[in-house]
Amino acid sequence: MTARTREQITALVAGILADIAPEIDFSTIAPGKPLREQIDIDSFDFLNVIIRLSERLKVDIPEADYGQLATLDSTVDYLAKKCRGGA
Amino acid sequence: MARHEFRMPSLGADMEAGTLVAWNIKPGDTVKRGQVVAVVETQKGAIDVEIWQDGTVEKLVVEPGEKVPVGAVLATLIAEGEPAAAPAAPASEQPPAVAAPQRAVTASRPAPIFAGRFKISPAARKLAQELAVDVTTLTPSGAEGVISRADVERAAQAAQAGVPPKPGDWQSQMRKAIAAAMAKSKREIPHYYLGTEVEMTRALAWLERENAQRPVAERMLYAVLLIKAVALALKEAPELNGFWINGAFQPGPGIHIGMAVAMRGGGLVAPAIHDADKKSLPQLMVDLRDLITRVRGGRLKSSEMADPTITLTSLGELGVEAVYGVIYPPQVALIGFGKISERAWAESGVVACRRAVTATLAGDHRASDGHRGAQFLAAVNRLLQEPEKLQ
Repeated sequence: MTARTREQITALVAGILADIAPEIDFSTIAPGKPLREQIDIDSFDFLNVIIRLSERLKVDIPEADYGQLATLDSTVDYLAKKCRGGA
Repeated sequence: MARHEFRMPSLGADMEAGTLVAWNIKPGDTVKRGQVVAVVETQKGAIDVEIWQDGTVEKLVVEPGEKVPVGAVLATLIAEGEPAAAPAAPASEQPPAVAAPQRAVTASRPAPIFAGRFKISPAARKLAQELAVDVTTLTPSGAEGVISRADVERAAQAAQAGVPPKPGDWQSQMRKAIAAAMAKSKREIPHYYLGTEVEMTRALAWLERENAQRPVAERMLYAVLLIKAVALALKEAPELNGFWINGAFQPGPGIHIGMAVAMRGGGLVAPAIHDADKKSLPQLMVDLRDLITRVRGGRLKSSEMADPTITLTSLGELGVEAVYGVIYPPQVALIGFGKISERAWAESGVVACRRAVTATLAGDHRASDGHRGAQFLAAVNRLLQEPEKLQ
């Protein structure tokens, strides 16, 4: 667990999404709107995103927190807080 | 010792031919049952083809790059001891409680159902040569499953009208494969449809508790609960698990659930999770993960393509309430699950808020009746109310 800037986390999320769903144009994603409405990923893809974020950021993301990862903004907020050691 | 012919397998009802892309073996090599020996290009992409016979490779008959019909001999081998047995006895005749070892289960799988299915009348073959029609792309329109002169003429007309898909255009090939299978289904299978609401509160609460204790990489998706419940319910309704072939129902040799998985960029495949009734939930998750990963980025195996005994599709993530499925021939049923959502749930005179899903069954009326289908859905419902027993 290391503190990361929002920019670093955003870049990491972009990289993971590009890996899982190469057809996504990250620049078109509206940061405040639900991700699943904008890109074609299913629960299996989503679980893989969570797994990779956990591995790369060395943070635990409980299933109960998945709701906080609905939009790009809320995902970055949540992960930034986690990386600072917050709940 | 016996000579064994290794043939182009049928990797689905819609496949009539495949192109051998590569051999993983050469004459003199020893092969084992279940070994991936070749790569075959089909309309659904490249598939790893397994062999179901131990032996020594004698001769490779087909060269890489050659397109041959289903059932054509690809290679010969000298088998040690007895050749592969005749198709296995129906699963229902075997003691259900004694789970055979995994390899034995897969090894006893019967030969591909459609091996040798590629039939064309001599007149039609001659006409096809004259008109330069590729007979391997044709679908027979008659009930006999034999390509006729009329089929060839229609294809030739379509070709002149500029309809044929661009060769090598994978997306259009995939579309064509789905079109052929689904048109056949709607033409031949008298579907009946049933649906029921299944309360998911207990199942999801159980899964959430289970996942809370698991590292993220070992968490399970609710799909595994559905797979296991369907697999166990099929033991109570064996008429839904198997194939309709040559005017008769043939029970599946095991419960091999074809999981409809969407491919990136369009199209879908429904490869099998083998013997789902005998697997634990964590094992089903491992299998599902492996399957989806290979659908989207790797390669499927021939056995996964060839032998699902039923199809399961879960489309709820996109918000649909219910799925009215089109059965994938020669299967005789398709189970659909819609979206899990909170619903007003009336029970014992009280309305409560519960999470529920609509489960549907598309059944082949030639093989089963609505009564049996209803019993099956009731069993799925019952099993999902006791998630701890699904483990």
